[in-house]
Amino acid sequence: MSQTRIVEVRAGILKKNDELARALRARFEQAGVYVVNLVSSPGTGKTQFLERTLADLVAAGIRAAALVGDLETDNDAKRLARSGAPVRQINTHGRCHLEAEMIGDFVGDWDLSSLDFLFIENVGNLVCPASYDLGEALRVALLSVTEGEDKPLKYPTMFNSADVALITKMDLAEACEFDREAAHAAIHEVRPGMTILEVSSKRGTGMAAWMTLLQERRAAWQSHAKSVARP
Amino acid sequence: MHELSLAHGIVEQAAEAAVKAKAERVVSVQLKVGRLAGVEPGALLFCYDLVAKGTPLEGSRLEILDLPLVVWCAHCLKEVELPGVQSFRCPTCGTPCGEIRQGRELEIASLEIEP
Repeated sequence: MSQTRIVEVRAGILKKNDELARALRARFEQAGVYVVNLVSSPGTGKTQFLERTLADLVAAGIRAAALVGDLETDNDAKRLARSGAPVRQINTHGRCHLEAEMIGDFVGDWDLSSLDFLFIENVGNLVCPASYDLGEALRVALLSVTEGEDKPLKYPTMFNSADVALITKMDLAEACEFDREAAHAAIHEVRPGMTILEVSSKRGTGMAAWMTLLQERRAAWQSHAKSVARP
Repeated sequence: MHELSLAHGIVEQAAEAAVKAKAERVVSVQLKVGRLAGVEPGALLFCYDLVAKGTPLEGSRLEILDLPLVVWCAHCLKEVELPGVQSFRCPTCGTPCGEIRQGRELEIASLEIEP
């Protein structure tokens, strides 16, 4: 009879991605660029929201750029480029999420210090992107009023991993008989205390609050980065 | 469905550890999977067998150790285990609990090897 023995390992399966993400985060901090990862299911309105965000930032003289992930096509990059901000398309060719390595490849030659904000539009998927750190400073989970109010309960891993929840397509709320209280309650059930914003990218409602949040979070992040950089 | 990428990660890490331990054969791999790790065990087991083919891990068994969600209850002043992942509330007092103490794990705990 053969003898077996047990060896302890303690190796994280996402170690490679986590290490790359950590290196990216350090690079982003050094360059002073605040990176926002947008995650949601397909059809939540991520691209339209990002298009509006980029246009508003550019109009305010704030330097913003975007990386957009899709399985195929560069349709979203073309749409986003209309804002005037630099945009790059990442095609994952079947992969259901973005990984830190892809971000590294696509920002490789980018002069990040010329940017204040970099937005990453993840692949539309409420499951897999939750597990992959992209080195972002802020993760925003989007939920549209046309989806069920209980979506956060169905995809708790994603909503729990986010820092901010954003309810989109508020202009359709009435037509969809959107139950605002129920949606907020569901978000807080899986992520107590999370900041929730409500926007209509089409009408521009709620965009001012979003702009304020971005600026405030970036300022807090900058002062934190400075305080940890000096021991 | 990112279980295929995860399976690649497991096989890679386990093979590395097996070489380090000078193992002749890996019998099984014990993997800790937290409830919030976003992993579907059935899909992972299926992908594992596929990915392990032709590697030193071929024929080994993947054992998934399911770790429940544990949060800190600021009212009860203790760690509490939650029955699911749909409600981050203390099952005793009902206080919302956001501080996760266990549940995000996705790591190889150990290998069972020969000799």
